[in-house]
Amino acid sequence: MTTFILFLVVMGIILIAAALYAVIQKDLLYAVLATGVVSLVLSVFFYLLQAPDVAITEAAIGIALTTIIFIITIRNTTRDEDIYSEDLINRFKNKKDA
Amino acid sequence: MLKKIFVWFLLAVLGIALYASFGRAPFGENRVGPTDNPATVSAFYLKNSAEKLQTANSVTAIVVNFRGFDTLGEVTVLFLAATGLASILYRKEDEDEEGEHLPVRINLPASSIVRTGAKILFPLILLLGIYIFVHGHLTPGGGFQGGSVIATGFLLMFITYRRFGTNHKVMVWLESLSGLAFVLTGLYGLIKYGSFLQNTPDVGHLNDLVSGGLIPLIYIFIGIKVSTELTNVLDTLMNIKPKKR
Repeated sequence: MTTFILFLVVMGIILIAAALYAVIQKDLLYAVLATGVVSLVLSVFFYLLQAPDVAITEAAIGIALTTIIFIITIRNTTRDEDIYSEDLINRFKNKKDA
Repeated sequence: MLKKIFVWFLLAVLGIALYASFGRAPFGENRVGPTDNPATVSAFYLKNSAEKLQTANSVTAIVVNFRGFDTLGEVTVLFLAATGLASILYRKEDEDEEGEHLPVRINLPASSIVRTGAKILFPLILLLGIYIFVHGHLTPGGGFQGGSVIATGFLLMFITYRRFGTNHKVMVWLESLSGLAFVLTGLYGLIKYGSFLQNTPDVGHLNDLVSGGLIPLIYIFIGIKVSTELTNVLDTLMNIKPKKR
């Protein structure tokens, strides 16, 4: 029983740490992978809370499909958060000037 | 700076409100009260899904039978999202400037370990997805879960093989026909029993593969529809060409 509680606590810490990492990280590829880790831990939690159908959905959509869709988006746009925002700001400035 | 303080303040208010409403509820315990009280909605669902509908999975009984019309709306939302995405991003192959018709996905080919593993796993993933939605009324899961599992199988093939592609016409027809079949099943209930998506009274026995009347049929349609839809979304997204910068 104590090992189970220890497992739960470790999983919760991983969940929160991955979520914070996804927010803080400037490299969007790593942030997206961290959200995948969040989904992975969440699906384990759903399974433990006796909702196996939700766990299946979270595993399929959260880990696989959403992550891949974000990775495709990153490949087609840009990987760095800062460069992208500066680029956007510059574009808006140029539009105002013109 | 003021903005940040304001955001933290709002987050704190939200946290306090959430704690006040959910903090006192015991974690993982029954919050509804005794289910044998016939006045509660949960008691009605639990009783009727086992006795009247002979459906082992009461979640499926609620989703497909008692709240069947909501599920139709849910399927419509997914359909509209997929259609919108495809109408924005879908490009005919003729418009490609390069001579080769290979979709430009990944610059490097996958290693032979990945390719062999994908070949072995793909049919197994398909089988698991089909199992989940065919047994939707017996075991946890159903059309949406099975459909998304099948879509992950196609995703594996898309990212492993550069030449792997689905037949777009077949997928679109499967998607449309299964959606149509769902509505027609609802109309059958309306014409024969007087209410949209009304289940047949001939429901079979609990825990049989063919039980629950129209529930397994509808969940098979939903499974085919969701799987083809998500696969089409992935196919559309995979075939975007990166912009030249």
